[in-house]
Amino acid sequence: MCTVCGCGDGETKVEGHHHHDHHHDHGHDHGHHHHDHGDHEHVLPDGTVIRHGHHEHHDHHHGHGHHHHHDDGVIDLGRGPAGTEVPGMSQTRLVQIEQDILAKNDSFAAVNRQLFAARGAFVLNLMSSPGSGKTTLLARTLTDLKGRFPVAVIEGDQQTSFDADRIRATGAPAIQINTGKGCHLDAQMVTQALGRLGTPENGVLFIENVGNLVCPVGFDLGEAHKVVVLSVTEGEDKPLKYPNMFAAADLLLVTKVDLLPHLTFDVERMIAYARQIKPSLEVLPVSATSGEGLEAWYAWIDAGLAKARR
Amino acid sequence: MHEMALCRSIIELCREQAEQQGFRTVKTIRLAIGTLSHVEPQALEFGFDAASRGTLAEGAVLEIERPPGQAFCMVCEATVPLAQRFDPCPRCDGHQLIVTGGEEMRVKDLEVE
Repeated sequence: MCTVCGCGDGETKVEGHHHHDHHHDHGHDHGHHHHDHGDHEHVLPDGTVIRHGHHEHHDHHHGHGHHHHHDDGVIDLGRGPAGTEVPGMSQTRLVQIEQDILAKNDSFAAVNRQLFAARGAFVLNLMSSPGSGKTTLLARTLTDLKGRFPVAVIEGDQQTSFDADRIRATGAPAIQINTGKGCHLDAQMVTQALGRLGTPENGVLFIENVGNLVCPVGFDLGEAHKVVVLSVTEGEDKPLKYPNMFAAADLLLVTKVDLLPHLTFDVERMIAYARQIKPSLEVLPVSATSGEGLEAWYAWIDAGLAKARR
Repeated sequence: MHEMALCRSIIELCREQAEQQGFRTVKTIRLAIGTLSHVEPQALEFGFDAASRGTLAEGAVLEIERPPGQAFCMVCEATVPLAQRFDPCPRCDGHQLIVTGGEEMRVKDLEVE
């Protein structure tokens, strides 16, 4: 993905299936069609210039408003979808919309939520930075809870099915969604995965989102709760650095607490920061290695499942 | 860079409206992006340029309104302004706040032809 304009996150793959939403022209796809010939460049607010080698020519200076400077001095009326403009026919009018930008995602999330309710499934959307120990905790959880109720796991990563493989090794059914260049799971990906994985009847579906504390937060997947995972090897000020994530979560799992004796991480201070963002946030410190705190985490899951069950 | 996905959603909304309301191009898109939402307007403008090329919204201007953050303080039992999520209540300095405004991400209207 172009790290500046983020173009080209349309290559989502659900294991075994490849979905190309659009057409790849240059091997570095930007999900749009080019009308001109030459390069274009992005100028970041700090002055960094990033140039793309497309067959295209007009320099776009991004970042300050939305101004296009066409340096060739040509006003091109042939750029519209019809490739032409008829003088005197231009009639600008206003169309009221008042719709949420994420309306489409939210409609898929509503479908998922209905399905979960119909099956009595308790669904958790686990989110964190890469490396917080989500998968390790999940594998331990699945092993410990084996046979207590049906489970299923949706794993989101940009590439590889390593995580789904680790989950399947515990005996739990799992499916991997590779978001390709995408930075988060969306509700439609989950709908699609459910078609292949099935929804656990009166059981728990864990959705492990792409490791990212920013992008997944706005995309409702239809889950009962967003769970944010933060390990004690990260910074204790992360709740303040990524407030939207902590505001959206209902539960904070603090992982790797067996390492605390070797670290200067101040758990209480981190929790205070998190509750500054969300006073009602529940917090459970756990260790998948020592087993510390896991019973409380399992009790939390049991309580949620009891409410979701039909 | 989830702003790119949001840009696609905005363009998708434009397409749906174009079918329903019979227009061909979008000149201006007015958005309300709350100051507490998870969207960076600059990144949105950035992504929009790339995402809109070859679509009915190519070259459209994004006009972004920023509704301010607002919260209800459970201690003061009052609605107070909130500039950032981790800010304390301006009255009591506490954090017993429930965000009530500034989280929206809406397409308000379109200027079309």
